[in-house]
Formats: sequence, C-alpha cells, structure tokens
Amino acid sequence: MSLDAILQVRGVSKSFGRVVANIDISFEVARGEILGLIGPNGAGKTTLFASIAGLETPDSGEILLEGRRISGLGPVACTLAGIGRTFQVVRSFDSMTVLENVMVGAFSRIARSRPAMARALEVIGFCGLGARADTPAHSLTPPEKRRLEVARALATEPRVLLLDEMLTGLTPTEAQAGMQLVRAVRDRGVTIIMVEHVMEILLPLIDRAVVLHLGGKLAEGSPAVVVRDPEVIRAYLGDRYVAA
Amino acid sequence: MTRMQEVTHSAKAEGTFPLMGRPSLSVNAITRRRKQELITGAVLLMVLALLPLPIENSYLRNLIVVTLLYAGLAQGWNILGGYCGQISLGHALYFGIGAYTSTILFTRLGIPPTLGLFAGAALAALAALLVGWPCFRLSGHYYAIATLVVGLMGLLLVTNWDFVNAAMGITIPFKRESWIDLEFRIPIQPFHYVMLAYVAVAWIVAYVVEGSRWGFIWRAVKDDVVAARSLGVRVFLSKMAAAAISGAIVGAGGALYAQFIGFIDPDSGLGLSVSVLIALPAVVGGVGTLWGPLLGAAVLIPMQQLSAAWLGGAGNGVDLMFYGALIVALALARPQGLVSLFGVHSQAGGEVVDEP
Repeated sequence: MSLDAILQVRGVSKSFGRVVANIDISFEVARGEILGLIGPNGAGKTTLFASIAGLETPDSGEILLEGRRISGLGPVACTLAGIGRTFQVVRSFDSMTVLENVMVGAFSRIARSRPAMARALEVIGFCGLGARADTPAHSLTPPEKRRLEVARALATEPRVLLLDEMLTGLTPTEAQAGMQLVRAVRDRGVTIIMVEHVMEILLPLIDRAVVLHLGGKLAEGSPAVVVRDPEVIRAYLGDRYVAA
Repeated sequence: MTRMQEVTHSAKAEGTFPLMGRPSLSVNAITRRRKQELITGAVLLMVLALLPLPIENSYLRNLIVVTLLYAGLAQGWNILGGYCGQISLGHALYFGIGAYTSTILFTRLGIPPTLGLFAGAALAALAALLVGWPCFRLSGHYYAIATLVVGLMGLLLVTNWDFVNAAMGITIPFKRESWIDLEFRIPIQPFHYVMLAYVAVAWIVAYVVEGSRWGFIWRAVKDDVVAARSLGVRVFLSKMAAAAISGAIVGAGGALYAQFIGFIDPDSGLGLSVSVLIALPAVVGGVGTLWGPLLGAAVLIPMQQLSAAWLGGAGNGVDLMFYGALIVALALARPQGLVSLFGVHSQAGGEVVDEP
C-alpha cells in the first residue's frame, strides 16, 4: 500500500482535556486518489482533518507530506507546503468579489497582481464560476459558495486538497455537479481527502475509504469492501443490522 | 453513462470544467475601475490646485489647508483601520511622534523639516510596529481599547518630559522665508500646496497598496482570519506591515502640521481628540475605500471647524453637541459611509450588507 504515498498519517492521537478525539490513527493516502474519511458524528473526523490542515497539533504521532513532517507547523506553513482545504461552514471573504477571493489564494504563490489575477481567473473558470467572477462573494448561492471555497484552495496550488463536507446539504443535482468538480480536480493531479458523514454520497466518488469510529480507525479499503464490513455497519446502524 | 464520460473527457481536453461559461472579462473590469480612479484622482488634484485662487477669505483658505491635512491623515489611518480592519484609536501617538521629531530636529539641530518629516515618519512607523507587536495579539474591540490606552500613555509621557518642554510645548521660531525649511511669512498659500502634495502622496500610497498583494491580504484578514490563514496568509506580519505604512503616513502629517502652525504641545500633538479626528473621516466617509477618507474629511473637518467657530464661543459645548449630532445623523443615513452615495461599497464586512 505504501507504493506511492503522498500523505502519511502515523499513529496520530489527540485529546482535548479528558475527551479523546483521535487514538493512534495511521493510514496512507496514495498520490492521485480520492480518499473518503468517513464515520458517524463524533468519530474524530474533524479533529484529524484539523491536524492535517495544521490547525491542531497532535499529542503524539506525526503527519508527513511527501516524506516531510507537516504536523504541528500551523495552517500557514501547511498551506505553503501543499495542503489546501475548504471549510464545512463556508468562510468566504464577503466584502470581496469572487475574483478577489480567489486572488488571495493565488497570492500565496504569486507576488504580483497581474499574474495572480490571471491564475485566479483560470481557477475560477475551472470551477464553473467564470460568469460570477465579479460578483460579491456574499451574494453567491450556497453551492456556488462551496465552489468558491474549492477555487480559492486550488489557487494555492495544493498537492493534497481537503474537502470538509463539501457535498452535505446539496440537492442531488447540485451534489452531482459537485462530484464532477471533485473528479476534475483530481484529474488536474491533486490528491483529495473528503470528509463526509453521509456515506452514500461518497461511495460512488471515492477510490478508498478510511472509516473512523469513537476516535479510532475502524476500517480501511475500497468502498465496496468497507460498506460490508460488519464493524462499520454496527457503528453506523447498530448491532441489529449486522446479520442482514 | 457513456455520455457522462464523453462530457468529462472533453472537459479534460479543454482543461476547463464543463458546466460553465468562460472566465468573464474581469481583468478589464478591475483594471478599468482602477484606471478610472487614477483619472478621477488626477482631475481632483488639478481642481484642488486651482481651488485657492478665487478664494479671498483667509479663514476659508485656512480651513481648506486643515481639511487637506486631515484627508491625508485619514487616508493613512485607513490603511490599518480600513483595509486591514484594525480599528486604532491611538493614531495621535504617531502624529505626535512625527510632529515632535521634526520640530526638535529643526529647533535644536537646524535640520530642515523637509528632511525631518521623513525622520518623523520613520520613527512613527517604528512606534506603530512596537505598539502592534503586543496589541495585534488582541482582536476586535480589545485591540481598539489597547491602542486608546497606548495613545494616552504617550500623551502622559510627553506632558511630563522636560526634554520636549513638557506641557509648555515647543514654539518654532521664524527665521527666514524658505521652502526647504517650510517657513513662510504668510503660510496659508504655500501650505495649501504642501498639504495637497501630502494628500496626493497618501492617496497614491493607498492606491498602490490597494491593488497589490498586501491590499488583498489585508481585506482577507479583515473578513476572516481563519480562512486567510488557510490560504497561506501570515496574519500577524500583514498587520505589522499595515501598521508601519499607516504610522509613517500619519507621522509625516504630524511633522507638516507642526510646521504649519509653528507650535506643538502635548494636547495638539497627542491628545485623544487628535486620534478621533484622524479616524473619523475614514469611518464617516467609508472604511476601506480609496475615496472614503477624502470625502469624510471634506465633510467633517469644515463641519467641525465651522460649528466651533459659530457655536463654540460661549464655551458651553453646544458646538460639540451639534457636531456629534451631525455625525450620528450621517451614520444613521449612510451606515456604509458617504462613498456609498456614489455607488462605491465600503468594505466594512459582510454582516452590514443588506442581503436580498
């Protein structure tokens, strides 16, 4: 499995006071795959996600991007190292237009305004917001705001993109379009980790899934295998359903 | 399914996402807007250069000079308080440092204020960095209160510091008519152009940084710090940069003010009212906009001076009540700042914007 790992999570544990959020979690993310990080509410997905994005420092264990340790470096260093992320609760810069929002991301790699603008426009077009470039971010529709989050993160030229519940709360049509965008991003050569607690949205999209439960890793593997795992079924649905 | 694959493949070939139009021509939209602003600025500069010619009344001309000064100061405040969203109520500190630095260099060492103002600006920038170092760890109201306290500490220090004549202040003696020393027998006319140059420089600095990487980063920091960090923005560093530029502009203004009046004392240099007068034009005019500080100063400073002249004589504070009421009325009528009259949206943040 460790043939071509771009991201390695090694024995990561994190607790807040007495609440244990992550217990000794280890897995690897292969270059160019779409990995689903799933689990019921309270499984520890958000904490692990925050650790990878640099917002939290694990109590023990480490996270490596292309062999370099990124855990504990903070969000800015993680972004510059090549980790991009979106937020579950959309955090657009509401006083700025779509283009200006994305340019902030582009400025992480490009110092001058004109090339940063060109880069931002390319990403905006790629994410399907081309016609909305000059629209103030606060007047976008919810699915457009999710796209803006993706565009902004892509403008930082990430090697790994973390998507936090990007498809949750969308209508089926919107979710379809969102999945199409995720695939297109992967085809650009960006490795993707998606956090989602509604499993059925993710299954057709992801190459592999890591299932968390009560802070620990419960299962890992292809979606088809993971959904048949009795432990996973128990975690999601309760003991009753295991036999079925 | 095959259809789907076809769509995705053609999309891949084009390198764009299928469901959408091409990127709009917003390169032109933003560039056009900025070009327009540059033209407006140039026209305004010419009008202001000709403004004193038909005006005979020296009170009125003096009023224009003071208004220009505050327009420049507010433009400087706007870099930190407007674009970067760090509301400072202690900018009199930088104003006073600039004023005292150039005055002391001139009166004690004979260094001309045209050089002294750069020393004042540099020291003010340094002071802004020193204030920012601890204070930028605070956010929102806490930051504003901290700057208020630091400003008042500066006032107390200078009031009790004998080296700078403490509460007595320093009078700048008139030696000879000179542009290098910025000394004139009748200062109003030449200082109109000195202050106009000051506003122009402050405006150009604001114009350049607004369109630069810093301008974008500051606005991002103001809107959402967490999101800004996730895009690789070094938040503390960006605030420090804004503080230094803002402090330098206000410091230079302080030096010019001292030279214009010919006298500086703790209250006129570092008083709380100076801090308020520096911040208010930008707030009333529209924070985080290029024209807000100018517009705000053009409305507020004459209002303040005229209400003091007409109503302040009795010393019962009626002028301040009148002035305060006017500000409240403006805030109620135009919460987005006076620039919104011209269809420009100030960048006070998303919450204030009326959502449909």
